[in-house]
Amino acid sequence: MSVKDKLWLWFHRMASPAYFFKLAGQLLPWSIVATVIFMLIGLVGGLVFAPADYQQGDGFRIIYVHVPAAWMSMFVYMVMAANSAIFLIWHIKLSDIVARSSAVIGASFTFLALVTGSIWGKPMWGTWWVWDARLTSELLLLFLYLGYIGLRSAIDDRRVAGKAAGILALVGAINIPIIHYSVIWWNTLHQAPSVSKFDNPSIELNMLIPLLCMALAFKLFYLCILLINSRSELLEQEKRSQWVKELVTSS
Amino acid sequence: MNYSNPFVAMLFRDLRIAFRQRAEIMLPVIFFVVVVSLFPLAISPDPAVLKSIGPGVIWIAALLSILLSLQSLFRSDFNDGSMEQILLSPFPGSLLILARIVAQWCVTGLPLIIISPLLGLLLHLDAHVIWVLFISLLLGVPYLNMVGAIGVALTIGLRQAGALLSLLVLPLYVPVLIFGSNAVISATNDLPYNGQLLWLAALLVIATTLSPFVISSALRVSCSYR
Repeated sequence: MSVKDKLWLWFHRMASPAYFFKLAGQLLPWSIVATVIFMLIGLVGGLVFAPADYQQGDGFRIIYVHVPAAWMSMFVYMVMAANSAIFLIWHIKLSDIVARSSAVIGASFTFLALVTGSIWGKPMWGTWWVWDARLTSELLLLFLYLGYIGLRSAIDDRRVAGKAAGILALVGAINIPIIHYSVIWWNTLHQAPSVSKFDNPSIELNMLIPLLCMALAFKLFYLCILLINSRSELLEQEKRSQWVKELVTSS
Repeated sequence: MNYSNPFVAMLFRDLRIAFRQRAEIMLPVIFFVVVVSLFPLAISPDPAVLKSIGPGVIWIAALLSILLSLQSLFRSDFNDGSMEQILLSPFPGSLLILARIVAQWCVTGLPLIIISPLLGLLLHLDAHVIWVLFISLLLGVPYLNMVGAIGVALTIGLRQAGALLSLLVLPLYVPVLIFGSNAVISATNDLPYNGQLLWLAALLVIATTLSPFVISSALRVSCSYR
């Protein structure tokens, strides 16, 4: 069997609900353990061992939540859009489930990034909110997520809701770069950045390692939620199928 | 197959239908004028203030009045079943839908663009600034119609379509709002504004080429669950 055939076989297996349900069940404990380990390393390293910033003091430590959340907000939207495309093209139900569960998690990460950003902004910038380019595009991203969730919940038929919301996610994915750069451009035209961001390119190594650990922990956390969500969604969606009946009678 | 005939036929059909209900055509324009004239009452009649807020006010009012007019875009076609016929016809659905949107733009967007210089005068904008405002609306408003139509196509069969439509569409309007009002503000400050106008033109080209396909597939989805 060639590599290409193996890859296709794997792809088809992954798309099979029964196989994915079992695989997700096996993966789940491992990913929970890994999440906890990396989060502990990241939190202890970031909150205890990393030196205080020379300008911001201990206040900078909120980046250990803020920066990974902001990274995740973009990443999850891309995962959502990619899975929407797969669902629209190949009609793989599993992709729709991934997109569906990603939306709420992504919106939560975006909200978390906004809240931690404004908590950080109060002591550093002296105000809760600045119409800064990054904050504004993060806010618009939250609106895009809310629109997606709103459209999904407004349509009763699950399959149709997946298609309609999938189209919206793709339109959003095309628009995100345009919105992002137009906002950056708007901001630079209006005012010069009056507050210094992290313009020093090098960040201390014992500050950086906890940050990367936290970023990994957030990704793993997303994976855990995704696995749990998709397992329960699969059970509900496939409740009339043979494998679910066997699963219920055997347990 | 000749594609220009069905396009033209569809365009004229829609225009004819629209001109039979003249009162409905006027509503978005009247809304536009009323909203703009509220701002001096709420903020300040001082010409200097109006000059600085004018571009943003006119752009936001244009955006809201397009949003208001979108509600009726596919409504009657969807309710009486012509939408299925349009999608089932041997001609590409996206082409016929593009004609529908162009017709909609002629009756709601175009009057709004034509009347905008008058509103610029009311807000004490200079003559050359009004010219830039006119061009920016000419390039930007069709984009609002195109992208708004995507939202309409997705929400057409829903009960609470109005509020959801604005949530879906307004974030996508942000780039055009930024470039449009920014071009006018730059003109007020005697700064170069060609860049913003070119961006508006680029966005319009993207929207015109891509959105008809998105809209027709969204309409297919919406027609499948009525």
